[in-house]
Amino acid sequence: MTISDLLHETTIALLGNKVRSGLTMLGIVIGIASVIAMLAIGQGAKNQIQSSIEGLGSNLLTIMPGVIQPGRGIVSSGRGSAQTLKNEDVDVIQKISGVAYVSPESSRRFQIVASTGNNTNSTVTGASSVYEMVHNISISDGFFISDAHVRSISRVAVLGATIATDLYGEENPIGKKIRINGGIFTIIGLLTAKGGAGFSGPDDMVLVPISTMQKILSGSDYLSIITVSVTDKNTMNDIRDSINDSLIVKHRVVEADFSIISQEDILGALSQVVTTFTLFLASIAGISLLVGGIGIMNMMLTTVTERTREIGLRKAIGAKKKDINKQFLVEAVILTFVGGLVGVIFGWFIAFIVSSTGLVQASVSLFSIVLAFGVSTFIGIIFGYYPARRASGLNPIEALRYE
Amino acid sequence: MIECKNIKKTYVNGDMETPALKGISFTIKDGEFVAIMGPSGSGKSTLMHILGALDIPTSGTYHLDGEDVSRLSDDELADIRGKKIGFVFQSFNLLSRTNVLRNVMLPLVYADIPLVDREKIARKSLLSAGLVENRWHHLSNQLSGGQIQRVAIARALVNNPSLIMADEPTGNLDSKTGEIVLDTFQKLNKEEGRTIILITHEYDVAKHADRIIHIRDGLIYDNI
Ligand SMILES: Nc1ncnc2c1ncn2[C@@H]1O[C@H](COP(=O)(O)OP(=O)(O)OP(=O)(O)O)[C@@H](O)[C@H]1O
Ligand SMILES: [Mg+2]
Repeated sequence: MTISDLLHETTIALLGNKVRSGLTMLGIVIGIASVIAMLAIGQGAKNQIQSSIEGLGSNLLTIMPGVIQPGRGIVSSGRGSAQTLKNEDVDVIQKISGVAYVSPESSRRFQIVASTGNNTNSTVTGASSVYEMVHNISISDGFFISDAHVRSISRVAVLGATIATDLYGEENPIGKKIRINGGIFTIIGLLTAKGGAGFSGPDDMVLVPISTMQKILSGSDYLSIITVSVTDKNTMNDIRDSINDSLIVKHRVVEADFSIISQEDILGALSQVVTTFTLFLASIAGISLLVGGIGIMNMMLTTVTERTREIGLRKAIGAKKKDINKQFLVEAVILTFVGGLVGVIFGWFIAFIVSSTGLVQASVSLFSIVLAFGVSTFIGIIFGYYPARRASGLNPIEALRYE
Repeated sequence: MIECKNIKKTYVNGDMETPALKGISFTIKDGEFVAIMGPSGSGKSTLMHILGALDIPTSGTYHLDGEDVSRLSDDELADIRGKKIGFVFQSFNLLSRTNVLRNVMLPLVYADIPLVDREKIARKSLLSAGLVENRWHHLSNQLSGGQIQRVAIARALVNNPSLIMADEPTGNLDSKTGEIVLDTFQKLNKEEGRTIILITHEYDVAKHADRIIHIRDGLIYDNI
């Protein structure tokens, strides 16, 4: 029996009962499509996190107060509660060779009222002049906070693009006054919109001089974060160690009472979360694939029963066990393979629809396509094996006598 | 050449044993046209299954062209069927969603005959079986009963078997059509020299053969 004979028989058999073949295939189509779509959406989310974190700067080390347990991720940071970072620490870090900029930061949420009467609640961050360089942001209008502003504890503010439109609409806010926590501030600059970039984007933040933040707004000398940029990315680990050592000495503690996190750490932790979630979704999709496979087996068993006489006839005219076996196995595999093909196209389409909503840029990987085809063919073999064996094991006389 | 020696066949279903053949011996020479005749339940079909290598006897030996067929495995039997024997059954003879030519070519598929040669061989046997050419591309469920049996005969011929077996080939046909089918068998026997075994319970059918083996209750009682 040649391959073309097998395909011919299979086509006749499958087209002979189009509705049943179609419905059975639908199970596989839905399974494969959802696996493909889930993997694509997961991959898209991962890419997005990656690019938004890289957008924040990949040569940065973030020092936070409190200790983060390794392996537990960055969720349980003592940020805000533990107060261990001080302004003096900045000078210590600045002395370490290889460190480019050290940006002390202190953030808190405040009510902000504009002179127009509009108000909003937003994160206000105390920053020094190097913030601009470290965080790779730029000014679209006016000026950024200068060292002089910091020294003189000036009541000036720089607005993110989104918050500026929220408060002033189309109007140019430069020179206007806003009220932060009751105090009056003059707007001296506007940040260029960075767009999309997910969480804690600079678009809806308000920046004030670090000294003003500490002395006037929060009344606390502690820092919520120190961001360090390094000159050479490859020295990142060495610098991290140096910072760790010198801060331990400076704080006069045995164990670090702060944590140093690189962008890579954050990336790793978030990717892990997304991967877990993707796997979870994909395994739910996988269950529907399994159900589809059982559908295939069910149909094949019905087919074998229905075609008992045909099998008997084939055997009577010389078909061997392996011929019958192949015929039914190929039938099952073709069903799942075509189902897989349609499923991939369908899954791609779903990924495309999801992408066009702008939520996630879903990306279908070659790996997931190969996987889908592999899995669907495998399902055909697994669930087609038993029906095919039943068919090939039929006794030709019994089969011919079957009514 | 068919040689049966003391063939017995007992069907066992649970603890119920049905002796269908109780010791049958006979010889059929190449080129003979033999009818096996007997009343319903006498064991005709059982005998044909054994002669046709569809089944093996419980005891006794069966030699086909000198080869002992009675102890072969399923696949070895399939091989014998594919190479040496052509079957014509009473009903359900053809694959319904498949056209006439393809039906006739089916044994060639299992005999691993190359694709290019198949159609030529199939056309030849369709001509031998006497089916008019304008029906060759019809689906088999668009044919009359007589035409179906001719296609079945053509398919039985296609592997050039030494032996053609027919179990009640005219059972579903009216007497006139039945006569035409039987004439075809006679022609194949006389003109092409093929051995034919015809199984029937009707004397009118059996008389077309050169010799009639009568069986009753699993035993031969007359062999003329
Ligand atoms: N699979 C089986 N299991 C049990 N008994 C069987 C089986 N097949 C046939 N028999 C019995 O064997 C005997 C012979 O049956 P067989 O089919 O050979 O008769 P037959 O001569 O072909 O009859 P008919 O002319 O009605 O076709 C019958 O008594 C039948 O009941
Ligand atoms: Mg019978």
